[in-house]
Amino acid sequence: MTTRILTRPLAAIGRPVLAALASVGRMTLFAAAVFSHILRPPWYFREFTHAVMTIGWYSLPVVGLTALFTGGALALQIYDGSSRFSAEAAVPQIVAIGMVRELGPVLGGLMVAARVASSIAAEIGTMKVTEQIDALVTLSTDPLKYLAVPRVLAATLTVPILVAVGDSIGIMGGWLVGVNRLDFNSTAYLRNTIDFLEVADVGSGIAKGAVFGCLVALMGCYYGMHSGRGAQGVGKATKLAVVSASVLILASNYLLTELFFSA
Amino acid sequence: MIRLDNVHKSFGDNAVLRGVTLEVPKGESMVIIGGSGTGKSVMLKCILGLTRPDSGLITLDGQPVESGDHDAFLARFGMLFQGAALFDSLPVWQNVAFRLLRGRLKRPKAEAREIAIEKLRRVGLGSKVADLFPAELSGGMQKRVGLARAIAAEPEIIFFDEPTTGLDPIMAGVINDLIREIVVEMGATAMTITHDMTSVRAIADDVAMLHDGVIQWSGPVADMDGCADPYVQQFIHGRAEGPIEAVR
Repeated sequence: MTTRILTRPLAAIGRPVLAALASVGRMTLFAAAVFSHILRPPWYFREFTHAVMTIGWYSLPVVGLTALFTGGALALQIYDGSSRFSAEAAVPQIVAIGMVRELGPVLGGLMVAARVASSIAAEIGTMKVTEQIDALVTLSTDPLKYLAVPRVLAATLTVPILVAVGDSIGIMGGWLVGVNRLDFNSTAYLRNTIDFLEVADVGSGIAKGAVFGCLVALMGCYYGMHSGRGAQGVGKATKLAVVSASVLILASNYLLTELFFSA
Repeated sequence: MIRLDNVHKSFGDNAVLRGVTLEVPKGESMVIIGGSGTGKSVMLKCILGLTRPDSGLITLDGQPVESGDHDAFLARFGMLFQGAALFDSLPVWQNVAFRLLRGRLKRPKAEAREIAIEKLRRVGLGSKVADLFPAELSGGMQKRVGLARAIAAEPEIIFFDEPTTGLDPIMAGVINDLIREIVVEMGATAMTITHDMTSVRAIADDVAMLHDGVIQWSGPVADMDGCADPYVQQFIHGRAEGPIEAVR
């Protein structure tokens, strides 16, 4: 009896830890299954092109607007901060490096997570609840291959492009504010930006975009396919997909930054 | 022939199937009756491999269903789901021809469309419906499209999960007649699960009653009304009193 009382708090901690570890294990197995299916036929090109459009093309406005306003705000903040030690001239360089290394991929990834992970989880979750996934199996079609592989592949390939476009728009936002609000010379602003940036800066951001895209689609598909019953189940799956994708983006961003720039 | 031998399936503490033993002869139409939540759908899903039984053996023509090429196994089946389970993102004709547009039964797109329109016509829907999306159809039309999809690849075995649930009596009658006609015409083996006694009488050659996780009674539909089994009698007459508890 005394032992039980003493171990109860430990059990209360252990249960969620074990559940979380089991969940990580299931996600890892799911990701491994998706990656193995990418390499094996059949491939569903129609579903892939459809996913490219819905994940990549239709996310462009939201990613572009986010980048535009972020670039502008960044220019104002850096100008204000750098003016304290008379380093206002560094605004173009810091805006550029901030956008391409961090804010472009991270904010782009988070916007895609909000838009895409939720829609994938809701769509697949609804398909599960309405037995459409069972119907796929009875029609000799592997749901993982038909639903998850095209979305994961499309997100992995299109989010880096979105990041690259977002970087350019973000820098343009900084340039617009720099030239119109902060009295920078337009040509000098652009020249400073271009001269300062290195291929590694842009490349690291784009590589991050690929990882974030993959994580977003994986979370959407995983939670969609493991959705509970009814509207509440689908709602919960959608919420978990967005939260997990967002947390994984931020965590992997730190790890990737360590990997790329620690040397 | 489909044979289930002492099949058990539990979900957590809830033992749904507790030793189901049943034979469905080739070319026969078997209807499974039983209350809600008695495991009728689980039984169909176990046969198809959508759910793995905990124990027991399920065979198709003497071969265990989990052995061999699963795609080839599934290619022998068609299934009409309770809610039709049509794919929202595809137009009706692509739903019907789903199997003919990919995989081992793949045909040229034009031919697949032609077959889909022919199957739609078979279930009483015109070619105008072919390019609509499932959300644009009524419940009865969706069931018909689901039926057309189930028969599109001319399967040997067709499963019908609550084919008339949610339909008005006239539409339910139309679907029952269609199922009977198609099963007879194709010579297919059919397994239907339903609560609807009108459907049972219209579709069945044989009837089996599932209750408490086991088959309580099975026999030809002609013997159903005269059988002495109290479970069957309570169920077919819809009595509140009897061995089946009304509140489960």
